[in-house]
Amino acid sequence: MRNILTIAGKEIRSLFVSPIAYVVLTGFLLLGGWFFFNLLFRFNYLLTLYTGLQNSEGLQSLNLNEYVMAPLLHNLTIVLVIMIPIITMRAFAEEKRSGTYELLLTSPLTVTEIVLGKLLGAVAFIAVMILLTGIYPVILLFYGNPELGIVASGYLGLFLLGAVFVSVGLLTSSLTENQIVAAVTCFVVLLLLYVISWPVETAGAVLGGALKYLSVVDHFGEMVKGLIDTQDIVYFLSLIVLSLFLTYRSVEASRQS
Amino acid sequence: MKLLMVEVRGLTKYYGEFRAIQGVSFTAQRGEILGLLGPNGAGKTTTMRIITGFMPATEGTATVDGFDVSAESHEVRRRIGYLPESPPLYHDMTVSSYLNFVGRIKGVGRSDLASALERVLEKCFLTEVASRIVSRLSKGYRQRVGLAQALIHNPPVLILDEPTIGLDPKQIIEIRGLIKELASERTVILSTHILPEVSQICGKVVIINEGRVVVEKNLNELAQGGSLEEVFLRHISKEVGEKEGNVSN
Repeated sequence: MRNILTIAGKEIRSLFVSPIAYVVLTGFLLLGGWFFFNLLFRFNYLLTLYTGLQNSEGLQSLNLNEYVMAPLLHNLTIVLVIMIPIITMRAFAEEKRSGTYELLLTSPLTVTEIVLGKLLGAVAFIAVMILLTGIYPVILLFYGNPELGIVASGYLGLFLLGAVFVSVGLLTSSLTENQIVAAVTCFVVLLLLYVISWPVETAGAVLGGALKYLSVVDHFGEMVKGLIDTQDIVYFLSLIVLSLFLTYRSVEASRQS
Repeated sequence: MKLLMVEVRGLTKYYGEFRAIQGVSFTAQRGEILGLLGPNGAGKTTTMRIITGFMPATEGTATVDGFDVSAESHEVRRRIGYLPESPPLYHDMTVSSYLNFVGRIKGVGRSDLASALERVLEKCFLTEVASRIVSRLSKGYRQRVGLAQALIHNPPVLILDEPTIGLDPKQIIEIRGLIKELASERTVILSTHILPEVSQICGKVVIINEGRVVVEKNLNELAQGGSLEEVFLRHISKEVGEKEGNVSN
């Protein structure tokens, strides 16, 4: 455990001594703030509109969870698709390029400790990213009454989704010594996981069902609605475990050549 | 007392179809400095990488302090300090935070870490640059940080891949002095293609050419066959000559 923490600590420090951490955090909060502002603006507009029209049905359906928090969280996942490959691209690729890979692999560490240490470091960083966006629901609490359970469930979903993305990023980074190749491959895989359910309606029951099951957005969407289903948790955890297992194998295999 | 620390037997390594080394065998005792000598691409680095547990051999075995490098890799890695050809440095860290990190992953206990750090900083003449960022250091300093990294957990066996490459003459003399001093209670295996270096600091010479051991002798035995240069050239050119002969046929 101590070794895992040592590696995680080194990962976090290396993000913060380079400009990467600050650029990513600033960009993430800037975009998040812009989404939040727009969604809130639209919510206000609808509120005034329905009040003016005396549309009680419309007013009934308006709520902060569905009209502000849910689309905000969905938008943030897109930003994560773009930013996480940049956070994880160095994990293994940079070690291989600079020769420190030899140091890690000739130290009395297990490959599991190395992989989990890197995972923990990156996950801790995205946890900070996600926690900082917690300011938006806090603002909503001041002026309205969003349902906190649903917000928490959505954030849990966002965190799990981030952890899945990080695991995929570690895998692609372990396959190359070129950071750009690692980032682009990770981005493509994440985007694919994102859009994989597009042909669901035309693909027929079996294939369509399978594609729907594979889609991160579908599982995430359930959690944003406040439904914490074991099926969704299992989906996220199995993607994490699968990616980490493949990363482990890739590191083991890289010793051979 | 002589104590067998490193024993390499019949190591063969293939990279795909390419055979990097074949049947490499030698031994090293405690207190001995063994020089692995050979032209570029002879298989010195491959041999060292197998002993350090970085990669497995295709065939053959190696033991360090009685532990098998593939079956008991963890124990072996605890006992080895390894300086690869280019020092494995994290360029954005300070010297002391880097050495601290290496100390921890090498298994130095929390309470011993501060004294281990102080010891290697002093030994490698790094005390005055301890708080500098690695990327700002000159090549000579980086090499010494690399050496400090290999020493932090006080290992009984040191594997140094071309430890004096790229250093200026004064630094070379310092590093050689340090290696000699370290070897008094350790086993040092170093690779080089600088012949005078071997005759100055090594007790034993292993010459590798095209993946095979062609000479394994103590330096004083070797001296009887002429100067080291002569012995080296005789063994290297013999094989090269044969190959050229084949080509012309």
